[in-house]
Amino acid sequence: MYSDFAPIPVFAVLSVVLIGVALFLQRILAPAEKTALKLSVYECGEEVEGPAWIQFNIRFYVIALIFLIFDVEVVLLFPWAVVFKDLGWVAFIEMLIFLGILTVGLVAVWSRRDLDWVKMKVPYGQGRYAKLRGSAE
Amino acid sequence: MTATDSKSSNFGVVETEEMVLNMGPQHPSTHGVLRLKIRTDGEIVTHIEPHLGYLHRCFEKHCENLSYEQVIPFTDRCDYLASMANNHIYALGVEQMMGLEVPDRVEYIRIIMVELQRIASHLMGVGTFGLDVGGITPFTYCFRDRERVLDLFEYTCGARLLYNYIWIGGLSHDLPENFVQYANEFLDYFEPKIDEYNRILTYNKIFIERTGDVGVLPADVAISYGCTGPVLRGSGVSWDLRKNEPYSIYDRFEFDTVLGTGEMGTLGDCWDRYFVRIQEMRESIKIVRQALAQLPEGDVFEALPKKVRPPEGSIYFRGESPRGELGYFIVSDGKNVPYRVKMRSPAFCNLSVINEIGAGWMISDIVTILGSLDIVLGEIDR
Amino acid sequence: MSGFDIAAALVKVLLVFGVTMLTIMLMTLAERRVSAFMQYRLGPNRVGFGGLLQPLADGLKFLLKEDIIPTQANRPIYLLAPVIVMVPALMTMAVIPFGAPLQIGEHLVPLQVADLNIGVLYILALTSVGVYGLVLAGWGSGSKYPLLGGLRASAQLISYELAMGLSIIGVVMLTGGLTFGEIIAYQQETGWNIWKQPLAALIFLIAIFAETNRLPFDLTEAEQELVGGYHTEYSSLKFAMFYLSEYANMITASAFMVSLFFGGWDVPFVDELAMGGWGVALSVLAFVVKVGFFLFLYIWVRWTFPRFRYDQLMRLGWKVLLPLALVNVVLTGFWLVWRAGA
Repeated sequence: MYSDFAPIPVFAVLSVVLIGVALFLQRILAPAEKTALKLSVYECGEEVEGPAWIQFNIRFYVIALIFLIFDVEVVLLFPWAVVFKDLGWVAFIEMLIFLGILTVGLVAVWSRRDLDWVKMKVPYGQGRYAKLRGSAE
Repeated sequence: MTATDSKSSNFGVVETEEMVLNMGPQHPSTHGVLRLKIRTDGEIVTHIEPHLGYLHRCFEKHCENLSYEQVIPFTDRCDYLASMANNHIYALGVEQMMGLEVPDRVEYIRIIMVELQRIASHLMGVGTFGLDVGGITPFTYCFRDRERVLDLFEYTCGARLLYNYIWIGGLSHDLPENFVQYANEFLDYFEPKIDEYNRILTYNKIFIERTGDVGVLPADVAISYGCTGPVLRGSGVSWDLRKNEPYSIYDRFEFDTVLGTGEMGTLGDCWDRYFVRIQEMRESIKIVRQALAQLPEGDVFEALPKKVRPPEGSIYFRGESPRGELGYFIVSDGKNVPYRVKMRSPAFCNLSVINEIGAGWMISDIVTILGSLDIVLGEIDR
Repeated sequence: MSGFDIAAALVKVLLVFGVTMLTIMLMTLAERRVSAFMQYRLGPNRVGFGGLLQPLADGLKFLLKEDIIPTQANRPIYLLAPVIVMVPALMTMAVIPFGAPLQIGEHLVPLQVADLNIGVLYILALTSVGVYGLVLAGWGSGSKYPLLGGLRASAQLISYELAMGLSIIGVVMLTGGLTFGEIIAYQQETGWNIWKQPLAALIFLIAIFAETNRLPFDLTEAEQELVGGYHTEYSSLKFAMFYLSEYANMITASAFMVSLFFGGWDVPFVDELAMGGWGVALSVLAFVVKVGFFLFLYIWVRWTFPRFRYDQLMRLGWKVLLPLALVNVVLTGFWLVWRAGA
């Protein structure tokens, strides 16, 4: 059975070799004239102000946590789905309970408005953004 | 407060830093060489500071060393997407100073050209706005039709972008043979194309998601920032110099002032500003059709003055360019060279509102809002 | 394993690898030609017959361009990122069956490089690895626009991945197996899954557009906003690797879609297995046509729609697709047990 997997490493090796050969060729063929300006990072042609590695506010932290929980759920569902036909009602009801608990979680997160993770403060916010009204600074 | 207290009060709050991000001058969607220095907290923009001057060519200083006629090619290069409108308003200003009357035919041809130019300019605005929200094909559709307008200009005066066509007291060329027929053919071809833009872009669900309710500019803010043109009308203020202060012969034509409606969200959002431009193209078509039908015969060169020497004094002449109120303040000391020319550029005022309506939105929305203002850097930096 | 099996396996590996590379190259050309056709342009038509050699010219150009690594970049991560994107993208095609089994002498050779017993999971896993490459590329560049692009990549991942996984669960429940062999055999017997799982197919289609970072979900690159997104700082071949792996992912995603919902190589109302060599040829053709259709759909959609904002994608993923996918799982389960009971 594990012999089924044999071609997979061959594929991986082939891809790596292909990339390696290309990079090697480039090393030989391509010009290399480095200057300080050329090696600086892109910021639309202006001097870079401040580093990129800061304590960046990604904002979707809570959703990322919820994602982990649900992703585990999906992982658990796969083996269940494979044997589902043989197990019948019992498995179905069990899974309903499992999904039910998670759905309650989803509803809770939803009603807490954690799914609306973009807490913009929009001046003159109206319509869809009426709840986000506020001053940005 | 003890150490534990401060810790517990900060529980769940992660300290984050603000990032200063340069958008432009070399950026795909700043419509030229505008530099927006934006402060962001995450992807949410807290402050936008436009930095200008990358395209500054000393237009106003140049004017003080050039004779009145020689200024016209320079006005071309201010708003290079609506050169005809720049020519027109400058020429009208100088003519009014000199008390010059131009033949009717000249007036009509000027209106035809300026309104065709408005179509071309709005096509550019609409197309690049589509590009800003990620729709690439509508842009090429708009360019396909803009080419037809430029072809008409090329046929008339040989130039496709910078025309130097409308002169003080006249025009550089009379209309070529069959121009009326070609122009009518273009209008017949173009009018149904507006529906095509509506199908591919205007009423697209994603487009509405991206532009409806986004970047709302209330009418009072628009007025206090001096916004004009489609930006102001998108907020529902009926202010169009062609209607409110008819200059040239605009009072002879039937057309409507298009206003934002808030149809897809709130009055004054990006969608409204965009849709005002779409509908203004229809109004321009109406005007051109009428002007073509009424076009009188005559000699377009008869009023060209031998010498352009306006009497001592000053004038502020304003008109409606595709971007809004374009004004020239011209001071004459009686010589053949203006003492001072000051240009009031509509895009400059329209751009100034960006921090007011843009702060608080996400980076994607800044691009949308900037696109909906439809700026031209040549005119902002001058 | 006999010598014949090993030889057959090697031939298949080389064939699939070669054809995948060739298709990627053709896709780069097709995208430009088709978009040009949609936009009243001509597109590249000068190199070779009708521009057919354009991809080679492009490849050569990438090869001859200077390789620039910014001083501010985190070198190991910067160098590793394109490899992490490219290798999984090329490896996924290994488990997709591209035709009916071929009878050679007394051997029955399945036209599939590896029929893994976890084939579906294998693709799901590898495509997710590719996203790490994007995030690392964004962070490792040490520049602001790539950083934003990389973060968007992670935001995008947590938006669509759940719905994607759940939409496949329905198919797995029907089939009772995770191998592509079983899934296609099941569809041959009882009809394509698209008729039984239309909702799942729709969710999956939307999810693969997000998965491959194509418009309307190409937030990670978003030229008009982030200039180039995660690959802003990459030049020459390293940029080409991102560029090519996007197409490789599109091909895999299309093949995945076809295998799960459109019967793979199956032609309805035809018994390919009984037709011998011609049946195999027909099945390969059917597979190519189906995958080709979805590849065209990718291009078609890209050049038609504007782009979502990334919180809108997240809202779509969590508030629309996820509940729908959950409902689909429950409905499928209910239908299956009810039918088994009746």
